[in-house]
Amino acid sequence: MSILVIAEHDNAELKGATLNTIAAAKAIGGDIDVLVAGNNCAAVGEAAAKVEGVAKVLVADNAAYEHQLAENVAKLVADLGKNYSHVLAPATTTGKNMLPRAAALLDVQPISDIIAVESADTFKRPIYAGNVIATVQSSDAIKVASVRATAFDPVSAEGGSASVESVDIVDDAAVSKFVGEELAESDRPELTAARVVISGGRGMQNGDNFELLYKVADKLGAAVGASRAAVDAGFVPNDMQVGQTGKIVAPDLYIAVGISGAIQHLAGMKDSKVIVAINKDEEAPIFSVADYGLVADLFDAVPELETKL
Amino acid sequence: MKVLVAVKRVVDYNVKVRPKADGSDVDTANVKMSINPFCEIAVEEAVRLKEKGVVSEIVAVSMGPKQCQEQIRTALALGADRGIQVETDAELQPLAVAKCLKALVEKEEPQLVILGKQSIDGDNNQTGQMLAALTGMGQGTFASEVNVEEGAVKVTREIDGGLQTVELTLPAVVTTDLRLNEPRYASLPNIMKAKKKPLDVTNPEELGVDIAPRTKTLKVEPPAERQAGIKVADVAELVEKLKSEAKVI
Repeated sequence: MSILVIAEHDNAELKGATLNTIAAAKAIGGDIDVLVAGNNCAAVGEAAAKVEGVAKVLVADNAAYEHQLAENVAKLVADLGKNYSHVLAPATTTGKNMLPRAAALLDVQPISDIIAVESADTFKRPIYAGNVIATVQSSDAIKVASVRATAFDPVSAEGGSASVESVDIVDDAAVSKFVGEELAESDRPELTAARVVISGGRGMQNGDNFELLYKVADKLGAAVGASRAAVDAGFVPNDMQVGQTGKIVAPDLYIAVGISGAIQHLAGMKDSKVIVAINKDEEAPIFSVADYGLVADLFDAVPELETKL
Repeated sequence: MKVLVAVKRVVDYNVKVRPKADGSDVDTANVKMSINPFCEIAVEEAVRLKEKGVVSEIVAVSMGPKQCQEQIRTALALGADRGIQVETDAELQPLAVAKCLKALVEKEEPQLVILGKQSIDGDNNQTGQMLAALTGMGQGTFASEVNVEEGAVKVTREIDGGLQTVELTLPAVVTTDLRLNEPRYASLPNIMKAKKKPLDVTNPEELGVDIAPRTKTLKVEPPAERQAGIKVADVAELVEKLKSEAKVI
């Protein structure tokens, strides 16, 4: 078996989700190649070559791939993927955008968001917002799957010595153009990669009060998230949303502040190792998944927590 | 211009589904069914484009057994002009749905196809991307803003780090994210009117599409239950437990 893993990167750095995806590839077994499609992305190729367990890195370096436009990258992935038994990508917004397009070009029914590898053709994945886990077997010749990063422990970014080959295929579908992007700037760690996450819900009452969480976050080196209710209320931007339709996180410590614990939120954080809930409503469903629950007014408890850390 | 909107019949988002006792499938007997929330947002966006004068006709499509006509009627009540049902009792996987949609796109020649980014039952997040691949169209997935311009559509997309804007040549595929719009409620007169709007029925065979499933669900099970832990009395005890018991800070 041979597996092609599509690297997640920003042309400068290899993103951590790639390491989790390679871990899923290792669980399947076989030779693991990594595709780095980007522009001026040689450094990413070199980083990928150092990753534990990678046999070969393919670097497709062209302006057509600079912004990961699905129309172009999917064509490349389909061209290369037909020589592999498996094609995997992280289930990030980039992966979810591109991978089904590549699968359709290969006439394959992809499998989204796998959380476990049962065998080379059988995988577990959550459905119904994680309320049900399905075991799914693929009969396609090529298995195409996106990998939920939090479900696989990352492989080491060091210790490998893969060969690096450049790929000359240039696929420019010329139906899409990158116009611009607004990326949230923050000195705090990324939500999906943070060891500690502290999230606020509707109980925060407004965006300014999130300052309380930022202070705690800075003491813990934590990322700050939010429930859908807090995002919909306009307290914070939507890239902070943790939940079924936002980000899926599984940090060592997750602190839910003023979050009631709707199913849609639990779907995004219930795999965290330790969960703390701070809520003044002792009936809040969040307490049913919390390892440590504190029934208290968050406006008293959070500042106190900050001083005691 | 014409817009094609795809709508799916799914278990209502308020229902907590459970696996059947034998683990063969999810128990959907006597469960309330509704239009998939993301599809409802897709219909709303099409209707808003029509209200702006950008769109002249909205065709709502759904696939599945006879009952999915209810969801087409919902779309018609929200403002779609006519419906098409692709009737089948067989299981339809996203690739098969994309192929049926492709056949309809070839027939109807819409300038824009709007779909929900995912359905809340299968959570696949695939159909729009696959339709775009099969038709060679550009794709604006996870849209939070859609602006149709001369011969092109600008789509602002929700991505992991923030927002990205792309410009797609028309015809194009757009899939909706949650914050694209807030769907309206259908008024009673519009619900009555929707019953008289045309609804054509076709099927995968007529469209020349092989819908044979490519994956098989071997088992469904509930996720590992998380045990509720303890309540702590105060912040001091919380910090103490996190340090000495959980050892996470």
